[in-house]
Amino acid sequence: MAEGQFKQGVAGGRLAPQQYAENFSDLHPPLDPHEALVEADRCYFCYDAPCMHACPTSIDIPMFIRQIATGNALGSAKTIFDQNILGGMCARVCPTETLCEEACVREAAEGKPVQIGRLQRYATDVAMEQNKQFYDRAEPTGRKIAVVGAGPAGLACAHRLARYGHEVTVLEAKPKSGGLNEYGIAAYKTTDDFAQAEVDYVTAIGGIAIENDKALGRDFSLSELTAKYDAVFLGLGLGGINALRAEGEDAEGVENAVEFIAELRQASDLSSLPIGRRVVVIGGGMTAIDAAVQSKLLGAEEVTICYRRGQEDMNASDFEQDLAAANGVNIRHWLQPKRVVADGGKVTGIELEYTIMKGGKLVGTGETLSLAADQVFKAIGQLFEPAALNGSGASIAMEGGRIIVDTEGRTSMAKVWAGGDCIRGGEDLTVTSVAQGRDAAESIHRTLTSNGRA
Amino acid sequence: MADIRNTFVGIKSPNPFWLASAPPTDKAYNVERAFKAGWGGVVWKTLGEEGPPVVNVNGPRYGAIWGADRRLLGFNNIELITDRDLYLNLREIKQVKMNWPDRAVVVSLMVPCEEESWKAILPLVEETGADGIELNLGCPHGMSERGMGSAVGQVPEYIEMLSRWCKQYTRMPVIIKLTPNITDIRHAARAAKRGGADAVSLINTINSITSVNLDTFSPEPTIDGKGSHGGYCGPAVKPIALHMVADIARDPETQGLPISGIGGITTWRDAAEFLALGAGNVQVCTAAMTYGFKVVQEMIEGLKDWMDRKGHATLDDVVGRATPNVTDWRYLNLNYVAKAHIDQDACIKCGRCHIACEDTSHQAITSMVDGVRHFEVMEEECVGCNLCVNVCPVENCITMQPLAAGTLDKRTGEPVSPVYANWTQHPNNPMAKVAAE
Repeated sequence: MAEGQFKQGVAGGRLAPQQYAENFSDLHPPLDPHEALVEADRCYFCYDAPCMHACPTSIDIPMFIRQIATGNALGSAKTIFDQNILGGMCARVCPTETLCEEACVREAAEGKPVQIGRLQRYATDVAMEQNKQFYDRAEPTGRKIAVVGAGPAGLACAHRLARYGHEVTVLEAKPKSGGLNEYGIAAYKTTDDFAQAEVDYVTAIGGIAIENDKALGRDFSLSELTAKYDAVFLGLGLGGINALRAEGEDAEGVENAVEFIAELRQASDLSSLPIGRRVVVIGGGMTAIDAAVQSKLLGAEEVTICYRRGQEDMNASDFEQDLAAANGVNIRHWLQPKRVVADGGKVTGIELEYTIMKGGKLVGTGETLSLAADQVFKAIGQLFEPAALNGSGASIAMEGGRIIVDTEGRTSMAKVWAGGDCIRGGEDLTVTSVAQGRDAAESIHRTLTSNGRA
Repeated sequence: MADIRNTFVGIKSPNPFWLASAPPTDKAYNVERAFKAGWGGVVWKTLGEEGPPVVNVNGPRYGAIWGADRRLLGFNNIELITDRDLYLNLREIKQVKMNWPDRAVVVSLMVPCEEESWKAILPLVEETGADGIELNLGCPHGMSERGMGSAVGQVPEYIEMLSRWCKQYTRMPVIIKLTPNITDIRHAARAAKRGGADAVSLINTINSITSVNLDTFSPEPTIDGKGSHGGYCGPAVKPIALHMVADIARDPETQGLPISGIGGITTWRDAAEFLALGAGNVQVCTAAMTYGFKVVQEMIEGLKDWMDRKGHATLDDVVGRATPNVTDWRYLNLNYVAKAHIDQDACIKCGRCHIACEDTSHQAITSMVDGVRHFEVMEEECVGCNLCVNVCPVENCITMQPLAAGTLDKRTGEPVSPVYANWTQHPNNPMAKVAAE
């Protein structure tokens, strides 16, 4: 029997025990104080800085970097948290290369932007390691607000509401809080249980009660919330997975990438986590990359990402694609799944069809390719599951399968706001969700205080 | 290839780069290393009179300020003159000069302001075979409290007196090192010339406190919680030194008095600027103390390469070339008009030019054009002040472009006059009106 990496099929323990810790260590190790100073010195303190505009939460980046450069890391952290209370996680998971760092004028000047993400991590780490809390709660308003979902949008919303003196109850379907920060995202981007540490940091302000294992539509209804609370914020995330629409996709070994990632994030012993010797990931976004790279890091011999369009169409950033390539993941384009090949109900391979753009539409060419696979991960997008909303009062207006909100985050239903991945127009980014949660909180606060009662 | 051999008050050296009197020239070990690295000469660290040597503090002697990436910009010290025995120094000087006959070895001296003291030490130095002496009338800390160094250099009458004594008691060339801690450097230089000195060297260091420790509230460098002012030097003082060199070079009373230029020289370019303003050679300290003796190799090659590019065969073709272009403000051409111009291809859109102009100057640079981030000079507002050039992080992205005579100055609505006209002739100058009546 082949051992270790060459075990046939789906198996755990492909690597030497110590190799797992090394493979899943911090992708970007934190800057030490000297490195942070050297990097901070590179910032030009631009006027109306392009990086700020590129940040969905509009962090005053030149200011926080200047504060690092002048030896005021705590002040720097406050500048960050003023705009983004989840600045610690965003520093780790933001695709900075397509946001602030892409806009950095040093990128234009020399192709080497200031490492804004790593500087942000430096400052926020300093504050969080000291559990330095920057915000006092305002006088209690007596207002009660329900936040559904303890992901980035919900946490950002809850923190801002708590600051204003409101009482916030967060209802979270999963046993742990943090949303995708806890259950999604590659493990090497957020090591040392950072997601839970951040939840603790955010809720330390007080006035936020999180109730786990409470799912909308199962344990409570929206109408109950609107009756009981002064306002409701929905930060539900995306619970569903798009289907492959390929023959045989119910074979054993065909799995959802998000579930694989969640399982990996929650695993206490990575060596016990089974992974295929040959893995195929279908998709072209961050989830596809996270699943593929982690498959490789778990010891899969051959990992192939198949994406139905071209390289330039991939949602995964260039950095993520390079990361995958550097880890030995093979990325193939213009291939769509056609049929999952199974033997005795277990996946043995996948048949894909080449694609081409014809008259502005993606069409199959008829030519096929077969790849051997013990495991196939679906990473072709998640979808919002509206079932939980229905039958629980007046239905909420949706479009394209997601909740419609106005510029302040208000839904079509009175007293109900929404933000994060579940709303129409979201970018499926942690940082965008934070911005939406924060802004909805501002809107809720304005609404609740404008009638003079608070 | 340019010939950069130097003769300064008769002292020959293979290049114009001397190490200034300071820690790098305190003993034979360092000076030998400096000569091996290529330095053209040294001014040996200041000797005092015979007897128990001075003592230094046993804590920090140096302080500094830094720019981005902790690049040392300004430096200060509270070190005194040599704390080694006079005769040990003299023996080493003699040996080093014997080992390196082609290099300049000048000895810095500081003894009490009494004729006998100078009369006593000069023959001892002369006996070493040293090429000349430099009178340390500039050191601003410690020794000045004892009536020496800058305490002497701040009194022109003393400068003249000491110059005269030294010329009387030695055949060696006498260089007077001047302190910048005065109001007008020309009085000090004139006094040196009156006393018969062969040359002046400047600047010595500037009174300074580099920083304050905000934990202990003590000035840096801190000795047991206290600090005293030190002598400031390094790149930050270069503009002050250049001005003082130029002031002496163009003063009719000191015209032709050789000048050894000192103050923040870090690269060949800095050295060339001192030479152009009238320095016959240059002295360096902080650059060597920051980077080691090897920096002289960049200075030597850089100076030669520049001279070759420009067709300057010898240092004589360079020295003093910029001096006639230093003038008084009142003689500047008020009809000269320049406007800033931003090279859009080079612009990285940091916006610093805009905010500097908008907040602190003349509101002459756009930040947005047609809804797009775009920085462009509005000539109708631009007074040509150069602030945008100075704050732009990209060299040569923003340049000052003179308007040709006859073109319209959009700010004034007047064509640029071809005629040179300065403040002395300007109608707004009350003195000009008086002269016209």
